[in-house]
Amino acid sequence: MIIKILMTLYITALAGTLAWAGEDSSLTVEGQEIKISAQAPAHAENLDMVYSGWVFRTDETQSLQMDDFDNPAFVFVDEGIDLFSKVDGSEVKSCAGCHTNLADFSGLRASMPKVVDGKLLSMEDLVNGCRVKRMGADPWKWSGTEMTAMTALIGLQSRGMEIQVKIDGEAAELWKTGKELYYARVGQLDMSCANCHEDNYGNMIRADHLSQGQINGFPTYRLKNAKLNSVHGRFKGCMKNIRATPYKEGGDEFRALELYLASRGNGLSVETPSVRN
Amino acid sequence: MTLSRRDFVVGASCGVGIVAFSALPAQASLLDETISKFTGGAEIIPGGIVLDTPEIAENGNTVPIDVSAPGAASIMLLAGGNPVPAVATFNFGPLSGSRSGNTRIRLIKTQEVMAIAKMDDGTFRSAQATVKVTIGGCGG
Amino acid sequence: MAKNVKPRVKVPKSAAVGESIVIKTLIKHKMESGQRKDKDGKTIPRSIINRFVCDFNGQNVIDVSLEPAISTNPFIQFEAVVLEAGEYRFFWYDDDGSVYEKTKKIAVG
Repeated sequence: MIIKILMTLYITALAGTLAWAGEDSSLTVEGQEIKISAQAPAHAENLDMVYSGWVFRTDETQSLQMDDFDNPAFVFVDEGIDLFSKVDGSEVKSCAGCHTNLADFSGLRASMPKVVDGKLLSMEDLVNGCRVKRMGADPWKWSGTEMTAMTALIGLQSRGMEIQVKIDGEAAELWKTGKELYYARVGQLDMSCANCHEDNYGNMIRADHLSQGQINGFPTYRLKNAKLNSVHGRFKGCMKNIRATPYKEGGDEFRALELYLASRGNGLSVETPSVRN
Repeated sequence: MTLSRRDFVVGASCGVGIVAFSALPAQASLLDETISKFTGGAEIIPGGIVLDTPEIAENGNTVPIDVSAPGAASIMLLAGGNPVPAVATFNFGPLSGSRSGNTRIRLIKTQEVMAIAKMDDGTFRSAQATVKVTIGGCGG
Repeated sequence: MAKNVKPRVKVPKSAAVGESIVIKTLIKHKMESGQRKDKDGKTIPRSIINRFVCDFNGQNVIDVSLEPAISTNPFIQFEAVVLEAGEYRFFWYDDDGSVYEKTKKIAVG
């Protein structure tokens, strides 16, 4: 495995030695170029540029994602590979029984979530849909270790591909709901997603460097809990921090919010599985 | 000794600090104990080790540490501010390619990380580095 | 035996005689420190990988003792000098008595 690392960082010191890599930074992992900044899509009207969460992390955290061996998320990707060929359920089938080529999933993560037959689906729905309908197996927990291992493995097949989530047509209404949720103030602290991740990205919140809250690298391995974290799991964490009662993982609110947030990252690359603090 | 009300209030409000402070000697002796177990009480000469640590650890759960000491038979890593000061000891075998090692460690708070090398000639060398451990502002 | 312990090892496929190579290892393990308490306030017992060993054709490369301060999913990187073709053997010793093993071959030339 030869890893070429190419990094050009134009660093503006914002707070101590925390690096804030600007729009000229680039990240290459395993020969794939990862776009960590891009012109903001027109529908993210309050942003000029969009930035991957990677650029907000320290050098040490950044470097963990630059080599697939150094990236601890890959112990879980390995588990995903085992799960992929593990027979389960009443139909005595494994994922690999139908999906003979993992690489066929290339591109899927870049388009998720998406509306299929009027229903907004996240990657977790696709996995559980197969498990229940085709395998006759029990669905996995939304943010459980099996599910995040599998969504990491499937997402990895699209790494480096540009996020292009559809927001028109059938998705339009749901996208609008997601946008309303993004700007809605909730919880005892009366804060919206935008208060931190749109108005204050790049600033410090106590000792933490606020990102734009992009989700192009999920599921992400967090140093905090040393495991893969789902998008909805992360939403829950944010909501608890602002003393709000979190919505349900896999519920309508988080689905809509995921769609809206994913669309704000249109133009960035899929980074799955990323490493964050 | 007379204690004014003000003194008492200050003292009480610093309660946490006092507890932490009074715990220091015990902690230090545990560190000393760990070190002298490794060195057998021999003199430790600073230098001869390169200890590479981040200045600021984004999360104390995973702090990358790189240590290298040419001519070392073994290197011990210590974190005196942790409940257990010993972190790891690298013992180099005949097929070792360099007297170096790299790992990821836990630091409970901002502290000095220390490396002590036992050299092939039986002498001991040391290096220290301060790692600031930040508390996430949010990080939910 | 702890559940789902999975070692990963990265060794070059070949090297020149006399060359020093970098070996990286990572094992999935919770590395329970023995310092944490559960919901009822009871201490969660320590359960860690306490030793890591790498041998090559019966000779030792490195022997590392590990304490609870090592992060979850322990990562260890070191160098080995290559004198001949052969097989690296890696051992992780768990507090519960389990030993996890992995082997990797290397060619010379």
